[in-house]
Amino acid sequence: MSDASYFDESTTPKLPVAAPLDFIALLKPRVMSLVVFTALAGFLLAPTLPHPLIVFASLFAIAVGAGASGALNMWYDADIDTVMRRTRLRPIPAGRIDADAALAFGVVLSILSVFTLGFVSNWLAAALLAFTIFFYVVIYTMWLKRLTPLNIVIGGAAGALPPIVGYSAATGDVSMASLMLFAIIFIWTPPHFWSLAILKMDEYGSVSLPMLPNVSGLRRTRLEILIYCLILAPIGAGPWLLGFASWLYGVTAVGLGLGLLYLAGQLFFAQDNATIGQAARRMFAFSILYLFTLFLMLTIERVLSFMGLF
Amino acid sequence: MSDKDPKDEELSSRQGIVLTPEQVRGRRARNIAIGLGVTFLAVLFYAVTIVRLGGAVANRSI
Repeated sequence: MSDASYFDESTTPKLPVAAPLDFIALLKPRVMSLVVFTALAGFLLAPTLPHPLIVFASLFAIAVGAGASGALNMWYDADIDTVMRRTRLRPIPAGRIDADAALAFGVVLSILSVFTLGFVSNWLAAALLAFTIFFYVVIYTMWLKRLTPLNIVIGGAAGALPPIVGYSAATGDVSMASLMLFAIIFIWTPPHFWSLAILKMDEYGSVSLPMLPNVSGLRRTRLEILIYCLILAPIGAGPWLLGFASWLYGVTAVGLGLGLLYLAGQLFFAQDNATIGQAARRMFAFSILYLFTLFLMLTIERVLSFMGLF
Repeated sequence: MSDKDPKDEELSSRQGIVLTPEQVRGRRARNIAIGLGVTFLAVLFYAVTIVRLGGAVANRSI
């Protein structure tokens, strides 16, 4: 008697159809580019730079580590990504990549990136990268995100660590300057993401994520955004006050800080939902411009300084 | 010459697991990407090793 179950179509394994671009999408390329940008700013704070190939290889390892974090985040959040309009086209909810494949991909890239960074630069940087990945995936994604409205306040530390990782990759050390960049991103993160949370309140509510607008209401959220912007404005000028950025950076930081405060004030005093939505949208967009401009100025100044032109 | 067992004929006429053209394309693309990635890493590690060893690595007494 023969057993033909091996050839039975119902037991045939479901083979993947994912293309390489689907796996690249898992890495959250936009977040990766932001991480590389901020890590580069931290790198350039170093008094002297290593060989360009070492710089490239270090930033590559940091980028892969950031991508691995993104893949693991997508693996864990696949259930809520399926429900939210903003995320339902991601590779796992769209059915292009299996959740187990995403998990394996993320874990392998995490290990690879940490050991690559340790090999090309030093083990302090590798340890900081490993901690960043752990913090983002375990502390933020798996624990805080679904637990507390303080998720983005505490979890934002993961997004703020790349400048410290970059600096330590260049020098093997941590400095006040790199901690300053950490502080800028750390304080910037809550008002940035709470502005988005105001706009996506219904979506976050549909998956029971405890974002601040859903838990504490719009008025409390707008007050918190205003308070954080009041703290961020002077911190943004910190690189100039500490002496590792020019007066030009200082003037720009102060100007952008005032703009941020103006928009936060507009958002706080808005009366109806339509006006709140418009103000939140402006706040969100300006917060991106704020951080990008500050870090771009720091990067350009340091590059010109290394070239002897500034 | 003996005749083939009818059950063996039936089994040998089946094709087993058959990939769809989309699955074949996906697997080929992934394999190429993996190959390129591993090659890139090998070159990167080799180059970084040379840089870390320094330029005078060949100058040594025998």
